[in-house]
Amino acid sequence: MIAEKYAKEIEGIIARYPSKKSAVLPLMHLAQREYGYTSESAMKEVASILDLDPTQVLSLAGFYTMFYEEPVGKYVLEICNDLACALRGADEFVDMACKKLDITPEETTDDGLFTIKTVMCLGACDRAPMLQCNMSFEENLNEEKFDALLGRLRAEATAGTPSFSVAEKMASYAVKDGA
Amino acid sequence: MGHILLRHRDEGLENLHQLDVYRANGGYDALKKVLDEYSKDEVITIIRDSNLRGRGGAGFPAGLKWGFIPKVDGDKYVVINTDESETGTFKDRELVERNPHQVIEGALIAAYAIGAKQIYNYFRGEFMSAAFNFEEALQECYAAGLIGENIMGSDFSCDFSCHYGAGAYICGEETALLNSLQGDLGQPWSKPPFPAVEGLYSKPTVVNNTETLANVPPIIMNGADWYKSMGTERSAGIKIVCLSGHINKPGNYEVEMGTSYRDILFDEKYGGGIPNGKKFKALLPSGGSGPVIVDDALDAPMTYEGLTEHGSVMGSASLIVMDETVDMVWAAMKMIHFFRHESCGKCTPCREGVFWMKIVIDRIYNGIGTEKDIKTLESVANQIQGNTLCALGEFAINPALATIRHFPEEYRAKIK
Amino acid sequence: MSDLVTLTIDGTELSVPKGTRVADAAKSVGIDIPVFCHHPKLEPVGACRMCLVEIGMPMRDRATGEPMLNEDGSPKINFGRGLQTSCTAVVGEGMVVHTDTEAVTDVRGTLLEFQLVNHPLDCPICDKGGECPLQNLVMDHGKMESRVYFEDKRRSDKHVSLGDLIFLDRERCIQCARCIRFQDEVADDRVLQFHNRGVNLEIVTMSDPGFDSYWSGNTTDICPVGALTTADFRFGARPWEMTPSASICSQCAVGCNMTVNTRREARSGGKPVIKRILPRQNEAVNELWLCDKGRFTHDYVASPERLTSPMMRKDGELVAVSWDEALNAAAEGLQAASSVAGLAGQRLSNEDYFMLQKLFRKGLKSGNLDVNNRQIGGGDVVAQVGIAAGSDLQQLGKGDAILVVASDLHEEAPLWWLRVKQAADRGAALVVINGRSTRLSSHATHNLQADSGDIVATVRQLVSMAKVETDGTGALDAAAETLITANNLVAFYGYEGLSYEETESLAKALANLLLIQMDGEPHVGRMNNGLIPVWPYANTQGAWDMGIHPALLPSYKAAKMTGMDAVAMFAGAADGSLDALYVVGADPIGDGWMADRGKLGLLIVQELFMTKTAVTADIIFPAQSWAERDGTFTNGERRVQRYYPAIRPAGDSRPDWQILSQLGERVGAGKAETVTSLVFRSLTKAARQYKGMDYRSLGQVEAQWPVVGGDDRYYGGNAFANTAGLGKQWAAVAESKAVKQFEMDDAVSSREDGLLLINAASLYTAGTLIDKSAVLAPRMAKITLTINPVDATAYEDGDTLMVRTDRVTVQATAVVSDDVMVGTAVLRGVKAMNGTAVARLSKIKE
Ligand SMILES: Cc1cc2nc3c(=O)[nH]c(=O)nc-3n(C[C@H](O)[C@H](O)[C@H](O)COP(=O)(O)O)c2cc1C
Ligand code: SF4
Ligand code: FES
Repeated sequence: MIAEKYAKEIEGIIARYPSKKSAVLPLMHLAQREYGYTSESAMKEVASILDLDPTQVLSLAGFYTMFYEEPVGKYVLEICNDLACALRGADEFVDMACKKLDITPEETTDDGLFTIKTVMCLGACDRAPMLQCNMSFEENLNEEKFDALLGRLRAEATAGTPSFSVAEKMASYAVKDGA
Repeated sequence: MGHILLRHRDEGLENLHQLDVYRANGGYDALKKVLDEYSKDEVITIIRDSNLRGRGGAGFPAGLKWGFIPKVDGDKYVVINTDESETGTFKDRELVERNPHQVIEGALIAAYAIGAKQIYNYFRGEFMSAAFNFEEALQECYAAGLIGENIMGSDFSCDFSCHYGAGAYICGEETALLNSLQGDLGQPWSKPPFPAVEGLYSKPTVVNNTETLANVPPIIMNGADWYKSMGTERSAGIKIVCLSGHINKPGNYEVEMGTSYRDILFDEKYGGGIPNGKKFKALLPSGGSGPVIVDDALDAPMTYEGLTEHGSVMGSASLIVMDETVDMVWAAMKMIHFFRHESCGKCTPCREGVFWMKIVIDRIYNGIGTEKDIKTLESVANQIQGNTLCALGEFAINPALATIRHFPEEYRAKIK
Repeated sequence: MSDLVTLTIDGTELSVPKGTRVADAAKSVGIDIPVFCHHPKLEPVGACRMCLVEIGMPMRDRATGEPMLNEDGSPKINFGRGLQTSCTAVVGEGMVVHTDTEAVTDVRGTLLEFQLVNHPLDCPICDKGGECPLQNLVMDHGKMESRVYFEDKRRSDKHVSLGDLIFLDRERCIQCARCIRFQDEVADDRVLQFHNRGVNLEIVTMSDPGFDSYWSGNTTDICPVGALTTADFRFGARPWEMTPSASICSQCAVGCNMTVNTRREARSGGKPVIKRILPRQNEAVNELWLCDKGRFTHDYVASPERLTSPMMRKDGELVAVSWDEALNAAAEGLQAASSVAGLAGQRLSNEDYFMLQKLFRKGLKSGNLDVNNRQIGGGDVVAQVGIAAGSDLQQLGKGDAILVVASDLHEEAPLWWLRVKQAADRGAALVVINGRSTRLSSHATHNLQADSGDIVATVRQLVSMAKVETDGTGALDAAAETLITANNLVAFYGYEGLSYEETESLAKALANLLLIQMDGEPHVGRMNNGLIPVWPYANTQGAWDMGIHPALLPSYKAAKMTGMDAVAMFAGAADGSLDALYVVGADPIGDGWMADRGKLGLLIVQELFMTKTAVTADIIFPAQSWAERDGTFTNGERRVQRYYPAIRPAGDSRPDWQILSQLGERVGAGKAETVTSLVFRSLTKAARQYKGMDYRSLGQVEAQWPVVGGDDRYYGGNAFANTAGLGKQWAAVAESKAVKQFEMDDAVSSREDGLLLINAASLYTAGTLIDKSAVLAPRMAKITLTINPVDATAYEDGDTLMVRTDRVTVQATAVVSDDVMVGTAVLRGVKAMNGTAVARLSKIKE
């Protein structure tokens, strides 16, 4: 339950706004980080913390592309193949990545490690091809660098070291804010 | 001369995101000056006189916008727009990542000028890791008394927090952004009411682009005339240009307003030309949302008005360059796909019209379209025009109309 | 007046209140601008763009501020660039609007074409066909040929159950968000939202149960297409096949105006059956809304269990007999009885009550008359200081105040909850006093929770604080100050946790509050001021007015001799001191007031159903349901409203007043009446307050805003325009003369030690009529007992408890919550009873 695990962070986040409801996206980011996706119970949890009807949370989960409403792989590789990236070979990069993992976009590898998604512009067009994985950018990619990235992530998964969490770090700023 | 906005690129300023480095190089002097010397109105006058216009795309004069805020007591807000989701745009990201204090300082000056006690920076959610420096900078400022109660010992107090979206281009539109920040669905509202009157939590609110605010401290330090001495009469100062696509040196550049597009693409100082000896074909001067231009427009000056006669706009100055190999129907299809994906669905012409455009251009691109489909594409785009709730719908028609105008033969070559 | 703005629309000059939206202004002069997303009761959003028109404002010289003129002296008008949405644009002085230019006509065609891009074009099988603004507009402005390839249309689910009551066809939805906005802004149940975005935008709910709101049916009225339909009506009939009949809801004291839609069907042998119920506009009562209970509780009318013929007990068996035989036997039996008493339910019409009291007082010379379950007292106080005639809660706002004591309006009288909440949203101060927090508490400016045993004392303290100018700082003091200084003050009172005697004291205490003079004026006797009792049934007010009371005659005249009240009747039946009991529309045995018929020599029951009381009766008269006959109800605001027959009577049933009057004739109470309107005419002679009313004046209507109607292009929804009567409020005494402060007895608190049991109302509580509704069955309230954690040491959330009081023994699911105060327990889902009881709890082992 994020309400207990991140009690201080959540309190800090809510304190940033004059209206509790404003904390809904930050808490959804936190819940998704905790449960891997915005599951029904995760949405209900966020709703109850903020006194919302769960439908309001569901609505946002559907509106924003960063929330996954279905379970995804441990690492979601979100490759931008919008126009600017595509001009620098993003579409071919997507094909290569898919072939390598033997999946098509939106699918997850059998070992549950990787999901590939294609996404709209991420604001890194000058360093295409690029992808976002667990909220960090990997830029100026090619096959070689992609292999290295996969290797790194696989090793991390095997070692069981907790991956660095951007959402958690963000939440921690809310505590320090002392707002 | 060094940079004005991308100062971290100057020698010795690589760590400009750190408060001590920033302060050692004149950082927060502008804020101090404002607090010590200027009334709220004087600040607004300086910004108005400097002719600083919005860098988020629409080019609305910043001083005028601040002046619209009712001069009465009560809650007011400054909201920084770091949603930056336009295809080909990545300038605000560099600012918040590498020169965050200049944005913070600009926002604090804006807050002082309008009487706001709370600033939010709305980042697109995907910029979370890019925002670490900004978050750290805020912490440093709180610790140093630059944010919070009685800033720099004055009676000006102001809080500052970051807020993160979660993947929606429309949240760059200011009213959608405010709805999103309130925790409501990120759809725009029909103006009026304008944010300056009823914005965040229905209170008067200034929404400014990140780059716009980064211009504020140097203007305060050097004066309105200094800023106006750069650029053209109606488009003063400097602008960060994002170069992407088929260009030798992609990236951000600080460019004086009025510089020609040709210089920006080909000058060694900037883009350095088209790679692999290919010929230039077309330029999107404002990401996916501005109409495409071709060679005859490249000598136009980069100003808010410079492309008017070529049927296009400067917008956010995100230049996507396309060489001779690019299939323009494909490019248009990519952009229409983007807008279909990003249409919030609130108003009918955008929701249904852009969806329809996408089906039609898919047919044409896949070789099953007819001459009639080209006409339909054009007429649907024309039917959307002028009838939508916000500008997204207006943006969405440009890829179709401008490519049909400049490259009709490429469309015709694809039909049955 | 400076509050009016003058503008010109298509050459017509008009003046409308400041702040009016252009589309509404146009409609008020009959210019019909099409709208989809705009609804006059919702905040405009400008989303569908259907209402785009040309709007120009007079130009002014920048320097002088003077209006600029054309050569001919007419003002120069600046039409700006492009068209504007007339639903969001606010009228301005000198504004010029064109709704009939080529540009406007063109854009309508354009938008309809967009509207149909993903529309399934299934009008022939759509429930909205025939009353659909989209269909109508396409006829007017549409391009008749589609340019969209059919196979490219977005496909989606067509039978989505949003809950038990409402179904959604996603393909028909045009994303206008009216349903969502209604739930957010009006109902405050934010259980509908959009999911996804762009063309994939779709309506979803995640509440538990789905679409959890007492207001869900209204979304189907305002949905401008056939996307939302009710479970009872879906696929049931086409709009043009149905006959509308005006009616009044018989489910609570609000008295919502409704329209019953019927159609002749084979399954009923060609007789009309009820297909659906829709709101009928009465802005002073229910505006355009109905709660789901009122809308869906009609199945009982057509139930096969209805009594269809008079019956008599012969050789121990109830057998069907003729009316004459039954009436004669009843007359003989009653006249022969050593003592008689009459007991009535609180849903009968005024005409029924009048004839009942006439039968008893005039025919049988007995004053033993009462209603079955006297829960709220103070009808006589209401007659003095009730809310003034001509009032409309919709007019309360900033500067006004509303006080709600001992009632959960959301459960007991939903429309009042809605209107009180909205008044609070408009800025009216709201003071809530109750033993626990209710749905209204969150909207309250002052929420004063008091132990149920102390509610009357709290109110009396409040009144005494209001009388003197104190400088106290307590919450009660602040509330008193707010109430007494308000421009207008309305006080509601109910009976939650209170004994009958306590409600009587409460009524008087509140009357005294309303009678306090501020600047020489009390809060009674003028519009939008006064007392409103939250009566437990639809026509409790009428029962008071008509003298169904052991001590009061019609029009509140004291009877010479006080008769037996209900409690005495029940005791008399048990010990044999009462010989004959006549029960009309009530089930004292089923409700637990009587264990059985006791030692009664004669029991006569007049009913719709074979209730537990009826089974033990000697004679049964089958009565007509409210949908089968006409009559009048008087609501809690004392508005006398007329309802009309919608369907044919079940079997041989007769209207209650007729049965009573035919019986009356046989026992010497005068010639039997034959027509309802004439019964009403005679009752106005006895009930003075009704003087001057007749069926014609009750059926009169005035123009109302907003304008609603079926095939409107400016689409206000399916609600019916009211052509059948707005009713009339009778004037309280204070409207014509000064009323003195009421004497109050010394307060007696009847608190006993132990866990006090408060019976809280739930809208969907089991009962004779509602039990027959198929669509509401899954929504019926579960029986729960809420206890404070402090008292719940031995119990946990979800435990099954056995709750025993003097009167009831029920199983309830435990809810542990600090919503209730220490020492009290709140029982929900059990038929209402008044007062508190001491509960004895035991846990049932699984
Ligand atoms: C669909 C749409 C997307 C937009 N995205 C952005 C954005 O990402 N960043 C931004 O600063 N302005 C964006 N804008 C413009 C904003 O609405 C607004 O004009 C701007 O933030 C004002 O700041 P400025 O005056 O400093 O430019 C967008 C507008 C539209 C219609
Ligand atoms: S279901 Fe009806 S009311 Fe709701 S958004 Fe769709 S069309 Fe509008
Ligand atoms: S187009 Fe891919 S990051 Fe911009």
